[in-house]
Amino acid sequence: SLVQLACNSSKTRSVSVDLNNDTALIIDIPDALCERDKVKFTVHTKTTLSSFQKPDFSVPRQHEDFIWLHDTLVETEEYAGLIIPPAPPKPDFESPREKMHKLGEGEATMTKEEYTKMKQELEAEYLAVFKKTVQVHEVFLQRLSSHPILSKDRNFHIFLEYDQDLTVRRKNAKEMFGGFFKNMVKTADEVIISGIKEVDDFFEQEKTFLLDYYSKIKDSTIKAEKMTRSHKNVADDYIHISATLSSISADDSTAIKKHFEKLADLFEKLRKVEGRVASDQELKLTELLRYYMRDIQAAKDLLYRRARALADYENSNKALDKARLKSRDIPQAEEQQQLCLQKFDKLSESGKRELTSFKGRRVVAFRKNLIEMAELEIKHAKVMLTMIYRCLFDNAYAIMKLALNVVTSRPFP
Amino acid sequence: MNPPPFPDTAEQEPVFSDMRDGDSDEGEDIFLGSSKTGAESPSVPQLNIKAETTDLFAEQASSTAPTVGLGTGGSSNGVQSDDDNDLFSDAHVELPTENASSSTPSGPRPAATFIPGTADMQTKSMEQLEEEEAKDTFDVDVAVTNPEKVGQFTPIHFSLHNVSHYQSSTIKFNLYLCFNNVLNNAIIPFHHYNWKLYLFLSAGDGMHAFMAYRVSTKSTLPVFRNKEFSVKRRFSDFLGLYEKLSIKQSLQGCIIPSPPEKSVVGMTKVKVGKDDSSSVEFVERRRAALERYLQRIVAHSVLLQDPDVREFLERDELPRAVNTQALSGAGFLKMINKASDAVNKMTIKMNESDTWFEDKFQEVENEEQQLRKLHIVVDSLVNHRKELCGNTAVFAKSMAMLGNSEDNTALSRALSQLAEVEDKMEQLHHDQAASDFFILAELLADYVRLLGTVRGCFGQRMRAWQRWQEAQSTLQRKREAEAKLLWANKPDKLQQAKEDITEWESRVTQYERDFDRISVTVRKEVLQFEKEKAKDFKFQIYKYLETMLQSQQRLIKFWEAFLPEAKAIA
Repeated sequence: SLVQLACNSSKTRSVSVDLNNDTALIIDIPDALCERDKVKFTVHTKTTLSSFQKPDFSVPRQHEDFIWLHDTLVETEEYAGLIIPPAPPKPDFESPREKMHKLGEGEATMTKEEYTKMKQELEAEYLAVFKKTVQVHEVFLQRLSSHPILSKDRNFHIFLEYDQDLTVRRKNAKEMFGGFFKNMVKTADEVIISGIKEVDDFFEQEKTFLLDYYSKIKDSTIKAEKMTRSHKNVADDYIHISATLSSISADDSTAIKKHFEKLADLFEKLRKVEGRVASDQELKLTELLRYYMRDIQAAKDLLYRRARALADYENSNKALDKARLKSRDIPQAEEQQQLCLQKFDKLSESGKRELTSFKGRRVVAFRKNLIEMAELEIKHAKVMLTMIYRCLFDNAYAIMKLALNVVTSRPFP
Repeated sequence: MNPPPFPDTAEQEPVFSDMRDGDSDEGEDIFLGSSKTGAESPSVPQLNIKAETTDLFAEQASSTAPTVGLGTGGSSNGVQSDDDNDLFSDAHVELPTENASSSTPSGPRPAATFIPGTADMQTKSMEQLEEEEAKDTFDVDVAVTNPEKVGQFTPIHFSLHNVSHYQSSTIKFNLYLCFNNVLNNAIIPFHHYNWKLYLFLSAGDGMHAFMAYRVSTKSTLPVFRNKEFSVKRRFSDFLGLYEKLSIKQSLQGCIIPSPPEKSVVGMTKVKVGKDDSSSVEFVERRRAALERYLQRIVAHSVLLQDPDVREFLERDELPRAVNTQALSGAGFLKMINKASDAVNKMTIKMNESDTWFEDKFQEVENEEQQLRKLHIVVDSLVNHRKELCGNTAVFAKSMAMLGNSEDNTALSRALSQLAEVEDKMEQLHHDQAASDFFILAELLADYVRLLGTVRGCFGQRMRAWQRWQEAQSTLQRKREAEAKLLWANKPDKLQQAKEDITEWESRVTQYERDFDRISVTVRKEVLQFEKEKAKDFKFQIYKYLETMLQSQQRLIKFWEAFLPEAKAIA
């Protein structure tokens, strides 16, 4: 189905921070279209930079285009010392789609009203997934635009500006690089990083910290996801309970009828709020953890690249020694060694800078999201509290009678 | 799982200031909510009674759960001074002080009990309340508490028979074993080294282990010896009581509450000594169900007068009830269905000028189906909430690990605090799941069974009618036979025929009277049942809503405590 979305500014929505600070280049995804499973993002750029042809323009992009951009950045030698913002994950509508399918199968067993409500819930879930994917793609671009070096990347500019389909370009790039470096990084594993003898305390600490933190945050992400899913299940059960209570009270003619009606109504109100609690928790907590898990992976990648550069340097040293021993090809070996050293030093310097600012960014983002989550939990709970109070004390006369009873402490005449 | 903990009164701080929070974000103005009772200006009463209601909630919350007791259930609670209590001011629920957790989710309370007048006062006019107060106030309160295992692990003598080829010897051991009374003799294959040994277990004469419950009664009725007394009863005793009552009363059309079902699996685990949470949950579930069962019985005017009931409550040693097989869940259900099938399969349809019975039966059937559906849905909620509880606990641990790993001090502390909050949330979900189960799910399960019983009563009335009709047609046949004899002029057989007619005439009269009587009883019983049901549901629903209130209040407290920690991150 076609789902169009007009998005607000990402500042309030994203889990990341320090975005769009530089007014020279402002990027956002104001709307997106979902056709079957393909999402088409409208990437909108506003800029004062002369390197662009126009000051304000938009292009349509697909998820694969973002991946191409990410990969080219990763493959760029020059950026080896930078934390490349993690690639946005593929839009995944699997969960709501499966639930929609199940709902369709179970349609006969529920009332029309119940079915409608469940469908509404699922549509909301679908929309939430959609919003999330837009957000995460947007944040990726904004991380790039806020980065002093990456924002100047040529491929980035092409991505933003090129008004034709990028598919052809993507194919060529793939053939050129073959995803070589990316695969290497993937298969390299912590083993290589752990194996290198570290010369710098800072990086030694970072290595230990990042390796440990990564596994912990990955675990937390998975468990947060499970928790949020259970929460959604509870909210869904409220729908069924409300619907069943409604149909019972419709048939009932005794004194219970009113109670069932009230209870049905309450559950219906509560389920909306519970649903929101679940989705807020997902956005502020699960998404936060997920995003920083990927970001830490990106930081680990940086460490890996530096470790490789160190290994290269050590190899070049060995080669130089060998050359000296054989008294052959010494100048080349010396030159090679110098190159390796330079590269390594550059990576170390840049890496240190990046990792330090990453720390700060992470702390700020956690702070922002944890505060927001706590505030939302409190807000929703207060709303639910009010609803339940209302249900309990719906009758003004009863309230007065109660109050009088308490005050006079005597049986009502 | 344990029943929901009763709230400590310190926690009763309802967040009134926010009730007027329009909160347009949520998409609805709370004051335009579903108030169906027309003339109501919500804002006025709330503003005026703000001060009182704060206390009100504190008292109400503590008083609706009978356990809180230890005194607050008594006179200090202004709300207790409810209409119902005027006549029976010294009647109140027995509050077991030792085992506070064991009777929180108690079932329907006989009308004359304690608080919470709040629940009762909701929808009644003054006249209605006075009317109720005048009738059905029975001054009997029962509670079922302190489930405890009775009986020792029986010393068992068993022989080891070595069936290896070379030796044949028997070794006697003493072994302490506890097993359920179904397995009186068992042969357990046992491998020891290369020998194949067989254990022959035979029960010693002595007690087998079983669960005993304390049944406490408080009453000022003169028919009891004392005002307060308690006895120890085991599960089969409850079943035995039901059997006795069924035999006596059900033929009259009485609605007899049914006891909880047998469960071999559940009880075996308990007896074998497993102390895990599912065993604890099983025992608590059974205890609560037994309590509700008794409370319903004593709330019934006819049953209360039955000597078997009094004996059950009062007598110190009760003879063991045997042959309670028929009363297992499946047996009971079969009995019910047979009775109500009789209604459906009747070849001669009852021609009733008053369609009340027909209509009512239909209503009962429908309601039973609906409640069954609702029970399934509530069960699903219970399971999902338990799942949520488990997943929250797992997440909390993971978050604690992450907090340890974090190198920024303030963030590390905040993450650890978050882990603690999630731990508290786990407890909250656990408690709410217990409420979902013990208050809602069990209520629905009870009434599905009770409605089945009601259906059975209709069936009995049917059978009474059938008997009457059959007697009438027999009488008709006898009369025709007499006429034939008259015509055929056989005077000796005629005498017999006349005697037959007289006999059947009286039977017809008898059965017609029986039918009328059972009709009256069934009608009365059903009306009474509906009244009790309405009260029961109302009470339980309010109790449930209160637990939901408490959950949200606790939740707010937890997160409000966390917020400054999150803000302290730097």
